[in-house]
Amino acid sequence: MNIVLIFLITIFSVSLFFYGKSKTKTISIKDNIKLNALPKFYGYYLVLWCSIPALVFLLVWSLFEPVIIKSIIIETAANQGAIFSDKNEANLIYEKIKAIHLGTYFGDIDSILRESALAYAKFINLFTNSKVVLIFGIIIASVIYSLKKIKNNNKARDDVEIILKGLLFVSSLIAILTTLGIIFSLLFESIKFFSVINVFDYLFGTNWSPQRAFVRDASSITAAEFEELKDAFGFIPLIAGTSFIAFIAMLVAVPIGLFSGIYMAEYASIKVRRISKPIIEILAGIPTVVYGFFAALTVGPFFRQVGENLGLTVSSESALAAGLIMGIMIIPYVSSLSDDVINSVPQSLRDGSYAVGATKSETIKQVVIPAALPGIIGSVLLAVSRAIGETMIVVMAAGLAANLTINPLESTTTITTQIVMILVGDQEFDSPKTQSAFALGLTLFIATLILNYIAQRAVKKYREKYD
Amino acid sequence: MTKEERLKKRHRAEKRFRFYGLTSIFVALLFVVILVQNIFSKGSSAFKKTVITTEVFFDQELLEIQNGASQEEIMEADFYDIMIENLIKAYPAKDRDEEDELLKLFSGDAEIEIKKAFLNDNNLIGKTITLDLTASDDIDQLHKGNYPRDLPEERRRISDFQLVIYDYFVENKKISKNFNNYFFNNGDSRDPELAGIGGALVGSFYSILICLLLAFPVAVLASIYLEEFAPKNKITDFIEININNLAAVPSIVYGLLALQILLATIQLPRSTPLVAGITLALMTLPRIIIPCRASLKAVPPSIREGALAVGASKFQSVFHHVVPLALPGTLSGTIIGLAQALGETAPLILIGMVAFVVDIPSSPVDPSSSLPVQVYLWSESAERGFVEKTSATIMMLLSFLIVMNFIAVYLRQKFEKRWN
Repeated sequence: MNIVLIFLITIFSVSLFFYGKSKTKTISIKDNIKLNALPKFYGYYLVLWCSIPALVFLLVWSLFEPVIIKSIIIETAANQGAIFSDKNEANLIYEKIKAIHLGTYFGDIDSILRESALAYAKFINLFTNSKVVLIFGIIIASVIYSLKKIKNNNKARDDVEIILKGLLFVSSLIAILTTLGIIFSLLFESIKFFSVINVFDYLFGTNWSPQRAFVRDASSITAAEFEELKDAFGFIPLIAGTSFIAFIAMLVAVPIGLFSGIYMAEYASIKVRRISKPIIEILAGIPTVVYGFFAALTVGPFFRQVGENLGLTVSSESALAAGLIMGIMIIPYVSSLSDDVINSVPQSLRDGSYAVGATKSETIKQVVIPAALPGIIGSVLLAVSRAIGETMIVVMAAGLAANLTINPLESTTTITTQIVMILVGDQEFDSPKTQSAFALGLTLFIATLILNYIAQRAVKKYREKYD
Repeated sequence: MTKEERLKKRHRAEKRFRFYGLTSIFVALLFVVILVQNIFSKGSSAFKKTVITTEVFFDQELLEIQNGASQEEIMEADFYDIMIENLIKAYPAKDRDEEDELLKLFSGDAEIEIKKAFLNDNNLIGKTITLDLTASDDIDQLHKGNYPRDLPEERRRISDFQLVIYDYFVENKKISKNFNNYFFNNGDSRDPELAGIGGALVGSFYSILICLLLAFPVAVLASIYLEEFAPKNKITDFIEININNLAAVPSIVYGLLALQILLATIQLPRSTPLVAGITLALMTLPRIIIPCRASLKAVPPSIREGALAVGASKFQSVFHHVVPLALPGTLSGTIIGLAQALGETAPLILIGMVAFVVDIPSSPVDPSSSLPVQVYLWSESAERGFVEKTSATIMMLLSFLIVMNFIAVYLRQKFEKRWN
């Protein structure tokens, strides 16, 4: 139905374009007046008025129609005597009603379901008809309005440009909408989570075992269950594991990245730079799932083998393997950014240092790097924020159990791993377990936001210093 | 310490420092080589499959259809007995147990393969033809040399008797390697020898297409607004801060967003390329806006001023002159953004693309997988045959990424104007 409507709107718009163009031409010849814009702008003007209001209406309608119909149907089913104790059962009944309507339901159909299905068909019909009527109403109204404007020889180019500028502005607002969407969707579930679990129990608890939260309905928890839950969502092991793996990653990425950045900026010939820089940046372009596969199937078992030979017990999901591979992935982030930063240190500083007899490495160590330090720290912080938000490597190569450990040969888990593990497969939406994933997501979002903010400030301050 | 000694020491330090730099570049390059070499050595064998050459006799009594049967009749006919009768003749087995072990050497699709041969030529009743039937995963891995045969029998998936049959096949040149059409045509399967990336390819294609259709126009329009029209005020600043932050938000957060808004609130269908495409578009948007703005910024003001000077409106100067000049940079930025989206896994896992989908999706609202998710799914499977399949999928994924990045670089070098 929607496709037909969009098709009709397109046809109307295109024909209105030609109509507007020729109409204004004939008016100008017949009445011998000078048009305020080229005829084609009158065409564009009609097109915009014909399509935009109708399409926006269609979009909004399509977003809300299923939700509204669902709530109506569930209510009518309840009025007819359907019994459901929670949202999941209501959803199930709604799906059944929908399936009966589509003729794809093969179970027993009782009278309540049949009645509801008929009501569903009625409402779908009603909604579709009113949608079509309303859209045509909108098109007719806006076309009449715009035709009137055209007949009055409006400044069509200016009007078209104002509308288009509005369109440009709306497109740039999508970024704000996305941010709002992220914040609301995370907050919404997190608030539900924190209404069951105390914030302090979450932030300072040392035990993470969400599988204990098998309570289906968060609103009816007994005191014993509450005590149980209190102890199940401790954030400390997760942040410890995340920081630990990120730390190992930075141990790999910072020296290698920094030294290669320095070498590329200060020593490398143009030819070496031109070849090696893109090859190192390949590391950033490889999908993280590939690193995860490599870490889980090659590096993890390899470390375990080496450990066995040395007489150590190494978990095949060791923090070391995940951290090492994550570090390799991050190398180009450190190296490219620090390369840029070092390049923008003014040559005069180096020349001054050479003039008093310092060697190149002494100049780099004692003049260039101190001068570039804020920028380098910024790039390292950006890399840290990448590391804690990285998902696939740790999902595939790090462990699932939340151990509080500082032994790199044991397995630990991370925030992102837990989010994936909780939300993979089917999940019931109202259990604290599912909601905890959103609380974790919120924590992760805030943490990366703060890191990025500091890093961007540092880099910006540094740039301003030498501009 | 004399002056000369100090100088020598300083020069040694200089050399050491230089050496560290060179070593780290070398180490980084080495990682690239190791990674690629590891994937390729594991994955290249997946493009071939092992087949067993078998004689198939189409017995009238077992088939109950005539020569020249119609397509529907053949589709309905039962080829199971024909399959059993012919497969057990592949090796002189002594009893039922041995026959069972022999049958296990063929893939679960042997019956369908025989049926397909009959569909191609419906005059085969009473005739004997030789067919290349796909071998089971265990034989496949054994034949490719990925499976050690010197383990004790109880730790092997292949029995001693099956090894005897295998050696008999090799001796009589009945076993060979063909191009693995299943890998490209089939959807996912529990049997490694039948599993393919057909479904994942189509799913990825739809997702990226939707992502392109949504993200590219919005990103271009938004960057034109911010770069050319936006007044310097608080709203503009706020939009810019938002875009920069969104580009750094971990991808999994976009998965949570999609789960809550697209699936729970708007109730779009789970596991579909439609939802994946929208999610990826939201994620890619800021990553496209940033290079788009950079390439708009690179167009010198003289172009705009020239257009304005001959009487163009602000809009005309931007859309007729600035945007076409910025287009190569815009396109290459978009392609690189799409390449990142193609390799993205975490948000797709959250929106349910990990579901086991056998059918190849025919539209963007069918449940489907995608290439990186397929890598994740297969890497969790225990069967040995999936290791090479996973690596081969990664090879396909990487080659797409290489092609996309190559096009991006080419566009930029070939068409981008340099202004200095």
